[in-house]
Formats: sequence, structure tokens, C-alpha cells
Amino acid sequence: MRNSPQKSSRLRSYFSHHARVSLASLGRLYAQPIATIMTTAVISIALALPVGLYIALANVGQVSTGWDNSTQISLFLHTHVQQQDAEKLMRRLEKHKDIKKVELIDKEKGLKQFKKTSGFGDALKYLDENPLPIVLVVQPRIHPGQPDRTTKLVDDLSKNKLVEIAQLDVQWVKRLYTLLEIANRSILVISSMLAIAVLLVIGNTIRLDIQNRREEIEVSKLIGASDAFIRRPFLYTGFWYGVLGGVMAWLITVSSLMLMEEPIHNLALLYHSDFRLNGLDTGSTLLLILISCALGLTGSWIAVSRHLKDIEPS
Amino acid sequence: MIHFDNISKRYPGGHDALRQISLRLGKGQMAFLTGHSGAGKSTLLKLIAMIERPTRGQIFLDGVNLNNIGNRKIPYIRRNIGIIFQNHHLLYDRTVFDNVAMPLIIQGYRRQEIHKRVRAALNQVGLLSKEKTYPITLSGGEQQRVGIARAIVHKPLLLLADEPTGNLDPELSREIMQLFARFNQVGTTVLIASHNLELIKEMGSPMISLQDGRVSHNGLPFSISSSQGR
Repeated sequence: MRNSPQKSSRLRSYFSHHARVSLASLGRLYAQPIATIMTTAVISIALALPVGLYIALANVGQVSTGWDNSTQISLFLHTHVQQQDAEKLMRRLEKHKDIKKVELIDKEKGLKQFKKTSGFGDALKYLDENPLPIVLVVQPRIHPGQPDRTTKLVDDLSKNKLVEIAQLDVQWVKRLYTLLEIANRSILVISSMLAIAVLLVIGNTIRLDIQNRREEIEVSKLIGASDAFIRRPFLYTGFWYGVLGGVMAWLITVSSLMLMEEPIHNLALLYHSDFRLNGLDTGSTLLLILISCALGLTGSWIAVSRHLKDIEPS
Repeated sequence: MIHFDNISKRYPGGHDALRQISLRLGKGQMAFLTGHSGAGKSTLLKLIAMIERPTRGQIFLDGVNLNNIGNRKIPYIRRNIGIIFQNHHLLYDRTVFDNVAMPLIIQGYRRQEIHKRVRAALNQVGLLSKEKTYPITLSGGEQQRVGIARAIVHKPLLLLADEPTGNLDPELSREIMQLFARFNQVGTTVLIASHNLELIKEMGSPMISLQDGRVSHNGLPFSISSSQGR
């Protein structure tokens, strides 16, 4: 209409207007530090919790990958097999191309281990002779993507005359993976619920903000502000809550990890492992902040679309 | 400029605020709207500013039938109108300058242009020296003049004022009215609702009287039934 400024200058001023509105929204948050910090804290805690769980899960998964490689085959020899025959078999197996390492646990050693770990050591006193067989612990060479090769090796080994039972110890790894999958799903459920909580917190904060600025909204509408114009500062407020919440969640996560790093490393050393806790990489950090921003925007959008149309000049 | 064609407005609850009003206010004219409180003055202004919608009839604003304007288009209609309220509706959390700049910011003017126009508007109402102060520190008359500066800063085609002198003493009221007359002289159409009959007579502009939602006296040069001219 008559008084509209020219188009090119309008486009330029549109961007500078956005920059100004976004800064003004940030300034408003800064002007009310206590309220801002409390809201941000709620958001960041709700975000840091699932992030922490995911990190824990990822680390457990990583540790168990290591265990997967240490798959071993226990060859329980017939009890009548003598030590020399067992050693001969061991040396022969060590040359097998699919076998990395073979360890021989003789009857005495086996007995000692059994006494130490089973808790039934005393029962053995009543036996006249050592009932345990010689055991060869075979570490197969793992060929990723060829799981059948290990199974075939087990088959071959079980056909050996000296071997009574050949047992592949992978069952527990499978169980662990199933548990991890359940944990994964649980975290997904928890994350979704916390995401909804974040939406509600931001939505409620924006709703209060809208109520506090009722007068300003009314006047703006009277002098011809479009809905988009009125919506904008509130959407930016939501966006900033998202950014602040995301960054604070990252800080919480990183400091918690630092707190736990040393004891976990010490624990790993006790298990003769050089395992180190994996933290958040750059990609995950960006994703966290991105999700947080998206939640902030969505939450404020919901609040704005619900409450802004209630305010009409009268 | 404004054409009311057989307008009726009934509020929810059954109160008839306006009954079959037909009026024409030509471009560049200035007129007063009078009547007792409850006669329908405010409702009439609200219909023009699209704060309310008529129950029956049509309103044309600068040739545009307001019945055809959807809610999303209302802001763009309002940008051609400057509205002044009895309780001025200033925002107390920002300076006089920022209050007056609002219509320009909303319409996406550039910073330099905003600066220029706001200062010009404040100069016209004699408050240039107060641009950096907050409205709360100003007197009632000064606040009203800030409201007027905000209403004219974007050079609207039409100025609507609802009891602009309601809270002011006679001297200040006269000043405010003369301000409106000056805007009218440069081509702005002005419609002022007021019950200050003495002052209205002094101003010499045509008067429309409302009584019980009907036009009881129409001093406008165009007759009600006239269909020519605006």
C-alpha cells in the first residue's frame, strides 16, 4: 500500500530486524537471570540424563565388542587322556590356521581354579582322585563377517578322538547383546518422555512470557503488526532456551564424565584393561544442541499458537 | 474515505450498539463523532479499525470492502490507520522514541528512515526534547501527544481518535485538537470521537451525533442517501 518502503530495502531490513529481535530476546533472558537459569537448568538436566545413559550404553557396547573377539573354545578332553597326548594335541592345534592361541589347563591347575572359583572346593576332599579332565582353551582367529568359520572349527575339533566336548563360549555374549538392546529401547522411551517434559517446560515459560507482555501484544496488533511479527520474539526466546539448555546439558555431561573417568580407569586397570571412557564427540555434541534448539522452537511454537490468538485488542 | 452502508452491530448478549448506520466521510475531511457514553461512538471506531466486525451491513475504507478482508489481512488495513486512545496505550518499558518507532519497525522501515520519521513526528507534537525519556515521567498531556506521534509517524491516510482529550484540562484539550486540525490540513482524514461539545463547536468541523446506536444528527456535507463522491 501507499506507505510501504521499497522492496530491496525491505528485504535488507527484514534480516536486520531478525538479528535485532533475536538479540532482544536474548537480552530479555539476560535481564531476568534467576528465572532464566532455573528454566535452563530444568531443560539441561532433562537433556543430560538421556545423554548420560546413551554414553554409558555406548561404552558397555564397546567393551563387549572387545569381549566378542576373545571368544574361546573350551575342549574338554576325555578323562583318560594323558598329559603328553594333550600336549601333543596342543602343539598340533597351535599350527592350525584358524587358531590364534591354545592354552593347556592340566588336571592340577584345573582343580586349583575350580577350588578358587566354584566354592565347592571342600567337596573335592571327599573324592579319591581328581575328577577333572584336561582342558585345552582354544582362541580362534576371528574372521569378521565369517562367523561360520568359528562354528566349523568347533565342529572339526569336536570330531577329534581325544576331545569329549568342544564348547564355544558365546552364549553369554549373545545374552549381553540382548540386554543391551533392551537397555537401548528403555533409554529411547525415557528420552522421549524427557523430550516431552522439555517441550512442556519451554511452552509454559513462553506462555508466562506472553501473559507478561499482553499489553505490548495488544498495542502491536492495533498498529498493524502481523501475527508473524508478534510471534517472532517468542520463538527466538524458545530458540535461546534451547541453545542455553543444550550447552548446559553438554557441560553437565562433560563434567560428570570427568568426575567418573579416574575411578573407571582404575577399575579397568584392575581387570588388566586399558579401557577408557568414551565421551561426547563433536558430532554428538552438535546433535545434542540441535535437538535442544528444535525442542525449544517447537515448545515455543506450541505456546505461541495456542495463546497469542487469545489476545485481541478491545 | 469511510463509507458505512447500513451498518448494525449487535454484541453477544443482545446489546445493539449500532443500528442501521449509513455515513460517508470524504478523503481529507475532518469530523467529530459525539453522543452520550454508550451511544455507539467507540463501537463505530472499532468497526473501522477492524477491532470488531459488523453484524450487518458493509464498511468501505478507501474503497475496500472490509467484509472481504480476512483476519490475516487485518494488520495491513490497520497500517493505513492511526489510532489514538483515551488511555494512550503507551508501553512503559521503553523510551518515548521506541514507543513512537513501533509502527515503523512493524512495517519494516530501515533504521535511518525510522530515526528521521520518529524525530519528525515528535517534533510535530512538540516533544522532540523528550525522545530519550520514559513515558511514565511525562504528564498526561505529554503522554497523549506521544500517542499521537505514534499514530501519525507512518503517515496514515486516516486518523481515528477515541476521546483523545478525555483526561485533559481545557487548555491541553484545545492544543490536542489543534494538533489534529493541523494533520487534517496536510491531507489526513480525521475522525474524532468526543463528548466535549464546546470544543467541537470551537473547531468548526462537521459533527455526527449518535443516540442509542442511531445517527441523530449528521453534519457531513454528503447526505446519507448520496451515492456520489467520497
